[in-house]
Amino acid sequence: MTMIDDGAWIDVGALDDVPPQGARLLKTPSGCVAVFRTATGELFALDDRCPHKGGPLSQGIVHGNAVTCPLHNWVISLESGEAQGADEGRVTTYPVRIQEGRILIEASKLTHAKDAA
Amino acid sequence: MAQRLVVIGNGMAPGRALEKLFDAAPGAYDVTIFNAEPRVNYDRIMLSPVLSGEKTYEDIIIHGDDWYADKGVTLHKGKRVVAIDRAAKTVSAADGTQAAYDKLLIATGSNPFIIPVPGHDLPGVLAYRDLDDVDAMLEAAQGGGKAVVIGGGLLGLEAAAGLKSRGMDVTVLHLMPTLMERQLDTAAGQLLKRALEARGIDVITEANTKEIVGTHPSLSPSRVRAVKLADDSEIEADIVVMAVGIRPSCALAKEAGLEVNRGIVVSSDMRTSDPDIYAVGECVEHDGNVYGLVAPLYEQAGVVARGLAGATGDLFSDKALATKLKVTGIDLFSAGDFADGEDREEIVLRDATLGVYKRLILQDDKLIGAVMFGDTADSGWFFQLIKDGTDISEMRETLIFGPAYAGGASGEDPTAAVAALPDAAEICGCNGICKGEIVSAINEKGLTALDDVRAHTKASASCGTCSGLVEQLLALTLGDGYNPNAVKPMCGCTDLSHGDVRRLIVAKELKTIPDVMQELEWKTSCGCAKCRPALNYYLLSSWPGEYVDDNQSRFINERVHANIQKDGTYSVVPRMWGGMTTPDELRAIADVADKFQIPAVKCTGGQRIDLLGVKKEDLPAVWADLNAAGMVSGHAYGKALRTVKTCVGSDWCRFGTQDSTGLGIKLEKFLWGSWTPAKVKLAVSGCPRNCAEATCKDIGVICVDSGYEIHFAGAAGLDIKGTEILCHVKTEEESIEVIGALTQLYREQGHYLERIYKWAKRVGIDSIKATVVDDLEKRRALCDAFVYSQKFSQTDPWSERASGVRDSHEFHPMADLTKLEAAE
Repeated sequence: MTMIDDGAWIDVGALDDVPPQGARLLKTPSGCVAVFRTATGELFALDDRCPHKGGPLSQGIVHGNAVTCPLHNWVISLESGEAQGADEGRVTTYPVRIQEGRILIEASKLTHAKDAA
Repeated sequence: MAQRLVVIGNGMAPGRALEKLFDAAPGAYDVTIFNAEPRVNYDRIMLSPVLSGEKTYEDIIIHGDDWYADKGVTLHKGKRVVAIDRAAKTVSAADGTQAAYDKLLIATGSNPFIIPVPGHDLPGVLAYRDLDDVDAMLEAAQGGGKAVVIGGGLLGLEAAAGLKSRGMDVTVLHLMPTLMERQLDTAAGQLLKRALEARGIDVITEANTKEIVGTHPSLSPSRVRAVKLADDSEIEADIVVMAVGIRPSCALAKEAGLEVNRGIVVSSDMRTSDPDIYAVGECVEHDGNVYGLVAPLYEQAGVVARGLAGATGDLFSDKALATKLKVTGIDLFSAGDFADGEDREEIVLRDATLGVYKRLILQDDKLIGAVMFGDTADSGWFFQLIKDGTDISEMRETLIFGPAYAGGASGEDPTAAVAALPDAAEICGCNGICKGEIVSAINEKGLTALDDVRAHTKASASCGTCSGLVEQLLALTLGDGYNPNAVKPMCGCTDLSHGDVRRLIVAKELKTIPDVMQELEWKTSCGCAKCRPALNYYLLSSWPGEYVDDNQSRFINERVHANIQKDGTYSVVPRMWGGMTTPDELRAIADVADKFQIPAVKCTGGQRIDLLGVKKEDLPAVWADLNAAGMVSGHAYGKALRTVKTCVGSDWCRFGTQDSTGLGIKLEKFLWGSWTPAKVKLAVSGCPRNCAEATCKDIGVICVDSGYEIHFAGAAGLDIKGTEILCHVKTEEESIEVIGALTQLYREQGHYLERIYKWAKRVGIDSIKATVVDDLEKRRALCDAFVYSQKFSQTDPWSERASGVRDSHEFHPMADLTKLEAAE
């Protein structure tokens, strides 16, 4: 992997690596982070752990700006990381942006994810 | 100012009294409840389904914590009242908590009776009374072992069935010659005994328990080991459940100086000998009777509520009681008085084949008692005739055939029986809700579904056995407006039902998910996790060869062709055609398990081997190795053809009539890879002994000397249902064609996630038979359509992915940042 250290932002891959309405995983020191791509091309990064029973959100079905956890169908907002509907819980989210077809994620929050969470 | 009401006990009767009181006189009382159990109010009738695993404690809660908060009720959980001071008008609990009252309601319930034989206090001897008892039984059942239930009454038998379903060896000991002798006559008792024995429960009647034997005293602590009977025979037991009866719990009332006999004596307004103290429930004695069934207790609760609210209404009186046994698969009903007598006549119907027994007891042209076993559908109607004292001389000739034949109503219309009931007929015995109340709630509140009726009237909300009647009332009241299947929209994204969407996809030739959403005016931009997999399936099955499968609209299991587990790992099940395997395949599986350090290997219910705990990154390599040994995906993860289970048939078995293994393999090679609305499991048995258990499958074949009996629409999951017979055919070829046609019809008509038995119930068994059995042209066309669609589905999904041709992004992370800190 090539790591381009653009200030606090790290290049983690190409936009085309993530299928629309899909997700890919980043392995980080504090666990897995899922990078989601919506139908409209927006990107979001969240901890890959459902607040309910720790289900891998990256494996869920992406619809609108939300993902449904594959284990027990909790719906998590990709924008806020919050559980939708009657369920309560929250997943840590990470700033992510697209630059010239590359996906950049903010490094500082990744390394300090444990403290933040 | 509000008066102070203190309630001792928090069972179903006081719970109901409070509900009615809050409805009748909101805010009239500040209520404080003392509950000796450390929890909220739950439905004690439903303990048996909790024991058998059909429900959980959460399912049977009547009033959750928020109900008490909402009503401003102070609930002292786990506090037992030890004294009532009538002069000071206070009660005190064991921990010193005190409460003053203006009105007091005693609802201390009852205590289980424990036979005082030697050893009755050994560890392992349990009662069956509350959730703690159920928990103790469940813990004991975890290790399997042997259970003895003393008492063959309602509770004892439900406990026995529950423990049996939890895997224990169960023996029921009953003192009398007939089970449930207070509710059943000898013939029905015998049928019940046989039904229990058929489930593997041993029943010993006229069994007089002499002693409960403990383990050797040197083993400290000694616990129950066996039950010794009067004839000195011993029955081994790891636990003993005593369910021989209950005694009203009235010591507290007695100490307070209230009039107490067998129970706390109340008058018809439910007041005790102290006019400021009411009593309700199993602790009460009225007119010499004590009660243990819920219907009269709820009636008492209504009287208490009216009394406290200062309202007038019916007082409590003794009425005929009806009993039903809550053991899944055993239908049993009794009501009224059915003892023999000189001036009594009886009408008896027996059908030994169907296991049906009905007996009606008549006196002076009136029905006074009824016992029914095997078919209890008309029990509500008979019970009403008993309660109303209806003159039955006019309908006597056909009385035993039920309401469908009474009063000239047609036997064809399923709602005729319920239409014939008067408004005052009780539909829900548990909650005392009559037909008139339900019908007016449906009309006035615009109710359209069973759940609505439950929420508004409580009818069918307790034991649920009257759900069918309530649904018939909905159908009767709403006419065509009631359609329990079609009114449900697919999901929140559309108002259209599954049926409508399927129809419109074909009619409007919609060929992609965005087209469907655009044309059918979806309310969300790109659907949800409910509708997208359904649409993907509908398009795939409607346009074979044309539609491009949308992987992102598939549930993860179907997307990566393995089953996700709770820890995020996957399980892998290779196909073993018809359940046959070889030493080479087994070696390859063993090698894969070793090589990838797969932590668990187990046999599935469908005669396959399951490799559990495979890491997602390893999946392609695992598949490559299995492919190399000639194995392909078993589709154990899909809404698809799962397995064809077989017995060894005429190849090996001395009873086998046909080559069931061979037919199973042919069927599996024919059907594999096809996507279906829900999973499809098959079995082929070589003879009617049915070792492959074909009669609870989606599709089953029973080989007979003269050919093949084709079955379908069975279930052995959430529901248990034997199959329906589709047809009998002479050759293997014909059976394969019929099954291909049946599968295709299901693929074209089934709603997503609707198993074959539910589809068959919705569209009707007869319409399916007419299409795939009677109409040869349609059968052929359906089978051809299936063969065509199979051309596009029989590519092994594992080899496509193992070779990296498809979805390689699925199986490895996009980036590894675990060295991030070093880079920073």
